Amino acid sequence: MQPFVKMTGLVAPVDRVNVDTDAIIPKQFLKRIERSGFGQFLFFEWRWDEKGNEIPEFSLNQPRYQGASVLISRANFGCGSSREHAPWAILDYGFRCVIAPSFADIFYNNCFKNGILPIKLSEEQVEDLFQRTAANPGYELTVDLENKVITDGLGLNLSFDLDEHRRQFLLQGLDDIGLTLKHEDAIAAYEAKRAAAGI
Amino acid sequence: MFEKIWNNHVIVAEEGKPSILYIDLHLVHEVTSPQAFEGLRMSGRKVRRPDLTFATMDHNVPTKDRFNITDPISKQQVDTLTRNAQEFGVKLYDLNTIDQGVVHVMGPELGLTHPGKTIVCGDSHTSTHGAFGALAFGIGTSEVEHVLATQCLQQAKPKTMEVRFVGKRRPGITAKDLILGLIAQYGTDFGTGFVMEYTGEAIRSLSMEERMTVCNMSIEAGARAGLIAPDETTYNYLRGREYAPQGADFDRAVERWSALRTDEGAVYDKVVEFDVESLVPQVTWGTSPGMGTGITSSVPVPEQLPTENERKAAAAALDYMGLKPGTPMTEIPIDYVFIGSCTNGRIEDLRAAASVAKGYKVSPNVTAIVVPGSGRVKLQAEKEGLDKIFVEAGFEWRDAGCSMCLAMNPDVLQPGQRCASTSNRNFEGRQGRGGRTHLVSPEMAAAAAIAGRFVDVRHWEFKSEVTA
Ligand code: SF4
Repeated sequence: MQPFVKMTGLVAPVDRVNVDTDAIIPKQFLKRIERSGFGQFLFFEWRWDEKGNEIPEFSLNQPRYQGASVLISRANFGCGSSREHAPWAILDYGFRCVIAPSFADIFYNNCFKNGILPIKLSEEQVEDLFQRTAANPGYELTVDLENKVITDGLGLNLSFDLDEHRRQFLLQGLDDIGLTLKHEDAIAAYEAKRAAAGI
Repeated sequence: MFEKIWNNHVIVAEEGKPSILYIDLHLVHEVTSPQAFEGLRMSGRKVRRPDLTFATMDHNVPTKDRFNITDPISKQQVDTLTRNAQEFGVKLYDLNTIDQGVVHVMGPELGLTHPGKTIVCGDSHTSTHGAFGALAFGIGTSEVEHVLATQCLQQAKPKTMEVRFVGKRRPGITAKDLILGLIAQYGTDFGTGFVMEYTGEAIRSLSMEERMTVCNMSIEAGARAGLIAPDETTYNYLRGREYAPQGADFDRAVERWSALRTDEGAVYDKVVEFDVESLVPQVTWGTSPGMGTGITSSVPVPEQLPTENERKAAAAALDYMGLKPGTPMTEIPIDYVFIGSCTNGRIEDLRAAASVAKGYKVSPNVTAIVVPGSGRVKLQAEKEGLDKIFVEAGFEWRDAGCSMCLAMNPDVLQPGQRCASTSNRNFEGRQGRGGRTHLVSPEMAAAAAIAGRFVDVRHWEFKSEVTA
């Protein structure tokens, strides 16, 4: 996995609460058997109408947000299904960081497995980011995971919280399975105990 | 109860890191597994415990002419699972077996789900299995790979919440109404970060299948998992099932399971109460499961909602749903009815729907389909003649699968079509682009199919004889 240390990128807003995984990547695109290539389907039904025409009002279709790598949205982002296709699509589209007041658990967890940093800020802070993004064409944020701060070129300086283990995990781009397998002895011992108990 | 199951399964717990939890049962389906098996192959790893891993195909499969999967990519997923199961030695219930079905219907049916187990599946409705007092949660594909390789999962310990159902259920109120009502009251994220344990007399009196309906939708409240303590209802359901312990082993298991029950006076991180007495049959009006109300109410008026976010969300939802604020729920006409899914596709659900449908005809404006949750449910229903009741009333009788719960197979709504659905999600486009979903119980869905609009099933006139 690609480590996440520090990045600077264009910010794109998706101004909705409860953005669900069906909206992030509709199920007709879950049929691929690869991990890549999902970005083109991100927010599919918000980006294109039935006839396949771009919906110009949707933020990601606007020229000013092309090439964005930081996504801001509202509460309960990523609710719904466990499909990891959702973070795959977000990553494949080019986002490395998602900022919202809250995230659904499975989605939040899935982000870390894919080198995406989800950041929780307060409702007020997120609202402020929305306003700054709207007011400043080309608005960029710098996300520094080492120091857990977000800055823009306009004096903003926010610190954010993140579980230390998760932070290390992203900073180093670790492999989960490898970490667990270091405990092979403990797993084998547990399995022996389990078998003895007849479970 | 959660603590006990958790502690029984923690292998490694280090300060500041997620614990490593042993997994007793891993269920696999075709949509979220291909990349996980591919990952194993690429890193030269094996499935550690094929004996604890069971696979089925459900999301993609057609419910008519099922062996003829016309969508090449669906077919590829189904074939990929078949190949992976063979290569890695995993037991697969494919379309040729009677046990094939929606993964969360099949598991309990086979007796794979036991109290006290840790159960995972690459599907968020894994919470269903919590109805047995198992700790069951949905995981992403990376975690599917992780569990395949290690039979363990890294998990931060969730907090606990007691969801106390107060009072008795009135006639005509189903398990689906309990959970829809709860989510309508508290929202779709009040459970985030928690494992919820459902308690109270109304929960105790539910059948095993009804408990599954409640736990199924825990994820719609945002919870990691739902739990119901095991009791006689649980043991009676499990006794004699294929993968349940047999004979004296079963009695010993019951002893062990009974010890899991939450101790008197246990403390939860949070407690919420829900009043069952005043509950009426529920219907959702919006595009999130929390946007629901009683059948006796009306579509809300966004301006009257308390917060700006709610007003915005409700207005957008009503726009998508094509509903006028203030419309009585009973005046909403429908085009489609779907009875099925892991929420309400079990035999009791079909019995309940059939009892409503018996002797009536589906409204000429409505297409109605019944999709059993598994091959076994289908067989049982046919033994009881439920299929005939449905067919005579004008419902289509289909083969087992997820079907219109997420519409990955050919069963899809057309833009603008309005559906009364017994599934669990009413997100935009869930049942097809532009499709409008209202979540209801099987009884309410059947009644809506006949009336062509939503009706209060508490006043339904049941016919005991089928009139030609
Ligand atoms: S029936 Fe619906 S919710 Fe259940 S497993 Fe299938 S798609 Fe998921």
